[in-house]
Amino acid sequence: MNELALLIASAIASGTPLALAALGLIINERAGVINLGAEGLMLVAAIAGFACAVATKSLVLGLLAGALAAALLSAVLGAMVIWLNTNQYASGLAVSLFGAGFSAFVGIGYTQENLGAHASPGIPGLSQIPFVGPALFTQHPLAYLALALALAEGWFFFRSKPGLVLRAVGESPEAAQSLGYDVRVIRLAAVVSGGALVGLAGAYVSVVATPLWVEGMIAGKGWIALALTTFATWRPGRALWGAYLFGGVTMLQLHLQGRGVNLPVELLTALPYLSTVLVLVLISRNPRWIAANMPASLGKPFYPGA
Amino acid sequence: MPTSHLRLQSRPNCARFALVLAALAASGCDKKPSGEAAPSAAVAAAAPSAAPKEAGPLKVAFAYVGPVGDAGWTFAHDKARQEAEASFGGKVKTSFVENVPEAADAERVIRDMADQGNTLIFGTTFGYMEPMLKVAADVKNVKFEHATGYKTADNMRTYDSRTFEGAYLAGVVAGSMTKTKTLGVVASIPIPEVIRNIDSFTLGAQSMNPDVKTKVVWVNKWFDPPKETESAQALLDQGADVLMQNTDSSAVLQTAEKAGKMAFGWDSDMSKFGPHAHLASAIVNWAPYYKKAIKDVLDGSWKVEQTWWGVKEGAIDLVHISDQVPAATKAKIDEIKKGLSDGSFSIWKGSIKDQAGKEQLKAGETAEVKMLLGINFYVKGVEGKLPSSK
Repeated sequence: MNELALLIASAIASGTPLALAALGLIINERAGVINLGAEGLMLVAAIAGFACAVATKSLVLGLLAGALAAALLSAVLGAMVIWLNTNQYASGLAVSLFGAGFSAFVGIGYTQENLGAHASPGIPGLSQIPFVGPALFTQHPLAYLALALALAEGWFFFRSKPGLVLRAVGESPEAAQSLGYDVRVIRLAAVVSGGALVGLAGAYVSVVATPLWVEGMIAGKGWIALALTTFATWRPGRALWGAYLFGGVTMLQLHLQGRGVNLPVELLTALPYLSTVLVLVLISRNPRWIAANMPASLGKPFYPGA
Repeated sequence: MPTSHLRLQSRPNCARFALVLAALAASGCDKKPSGEAAPSAAVAAAAPSAAPKEAGPLKVAFAYVGPVGDAGWTFAHDKARQEAEASFGGKVKTSFVENVPEAADAERVIRDMADQGNTLIFGTTFGYMEPMLKVAADVKNVKFEHATGYKTADNMRTYDSRTFEGAYLAGVVAGSMTKTKTLGVVASIPIPEVIRNIDSFTLGAQSMNPDVKTKVVWVNKWFDPPKETESAQALLDQGADVLMQNTDSSAVLQTAEKAGKMAFGWDSDMSKFGPHAHLASAIVNWAPYYKKAIKDVLDGSWKVEQTWWGVKEGAIDLVHISDQVPAATKAKIDEIKKGLSDGSFSIWKGSIKDQAGKEQLKAGETAEVKMLLGINFYVKGVEGKLPSSK
């Protein structure tokens, strides 16, 4: 039982960066901008966050610096795809490649740095409850933030007027404009705030989860988060569960190995990918459901004068 | 308008699905990070000035599998490279390329090194074996040195360190410190070297505490700190209280530090990464061999051999032993080191049984080098099934 509780705790910790990044990307995409730069944004945020944490000795400042760095880079991407109407796919990939190379270059001096390992304090009182305490209430505060954000985003998109406007911009920018909304400014706001969340996820990896800087340490998490947004049909709650599922199976396969389960390691390593794709495809296999949820103008340029 | 709207809509989304699936597939087989990281690093580092071939100092090149800053395997090689270069005054000029993947890229990088006038080339990971053999067959006037491999050629020889001696010494410390009698090893790639280390670590621990069990998680990489972290966490979750790793970063030690458990440094002194968790560091010192190899080329005595140095030659040591470790254990470590140096002690001496209880070495029998080099079983006390090695 105790092991199961710890497995749940590790699964949430492992899924948290994916959840944060996917929630950020959903904001982008609900406004009609696809951000294929997620992996690069996370890498830039990881080195910015780590460097700031090393310089200031403050993990909180490190996380904020990561979010800020990714928000700035997102603003550049936003300016390119929203005002210059460059191709969103090509621009996103460019940001991704740039982020990988740039973070490696800037990070050269940081590979020997050490932030020190800090245990998460957990929630006093609640963390003492048998089973539930160690499973749910010993997480880093960002894990709870991810949960709160998923709820808040769901409310924002489907229950609030600004959320409705943001979705309108992603569905039919022409209609939103005719109602007097500045489509480009709203899109930029979505890209920057979503980018900040992606950055928070990147900084979480290098400042909290594995307090080290290593070139390429995001190791595909940005791409997985991108895939999650699609498979979760742009619903924040589903993206959260998808992230936990991925984290859970990642940890489960390591536990199975530790227990000496007689399965090929290669198969175990592939399990998180296979199971997440399978489950999310099953959930969202209804084409009408996808059509109803996918922002209709996703990835398309908008010309306000036309 | 509505029709064009629909038509436009379907295209980018097809593209998007394809991209996302491709990305998933790419990250699924773990090619992405290394493939992406390598070119930039290779370009950055592989630009030493193209000096003329004749005259001047002996040019020596090193190919590294990880970044110099990994604080582990590659860091140790690079430290030794610098020490070796310094010891020859101006007679030797070394250069290196880091992050060279264990794949087709390695051949290109190594061929490049030969083209740039290097007359001695070190490849510091197992996976360079075939690429180096290929280049060695084409470039006969260059000497090749391959770490941890087993194939040689007229101008290519192998060298390795008895890392299992360090693993055994760490095991002795672990056996005296564990309270749960459960040790955890974050293992890299299932080749004999790594299996030998897991076994030796376990044998060392059992010499202090016969009931000790070892759990193993394979990450299938030499260097992947986030994955090493998660693997270490899984082992701690399962009750291991002392961790060891055969991967190259300090992530396992840091994870133990975070959880208030114990762990070791590997390949180099990692004490600063986990001041409380750190029990000791099993280090490899490649400098004695690098000095010897360079000297062999300088004085023309280079010949094909397979070198395997350990505690005796100063290539392996257990350093920075924590104050938490009892004095009796420290005395035992010194005794073992002395025994390994004068040949009076042997780690792989029977009776040693494998997992199934089958006696692999009879009482009093000492393992031959051949058996150690090709070892493919877990000793009794290691849990789990050994992945099929290549």
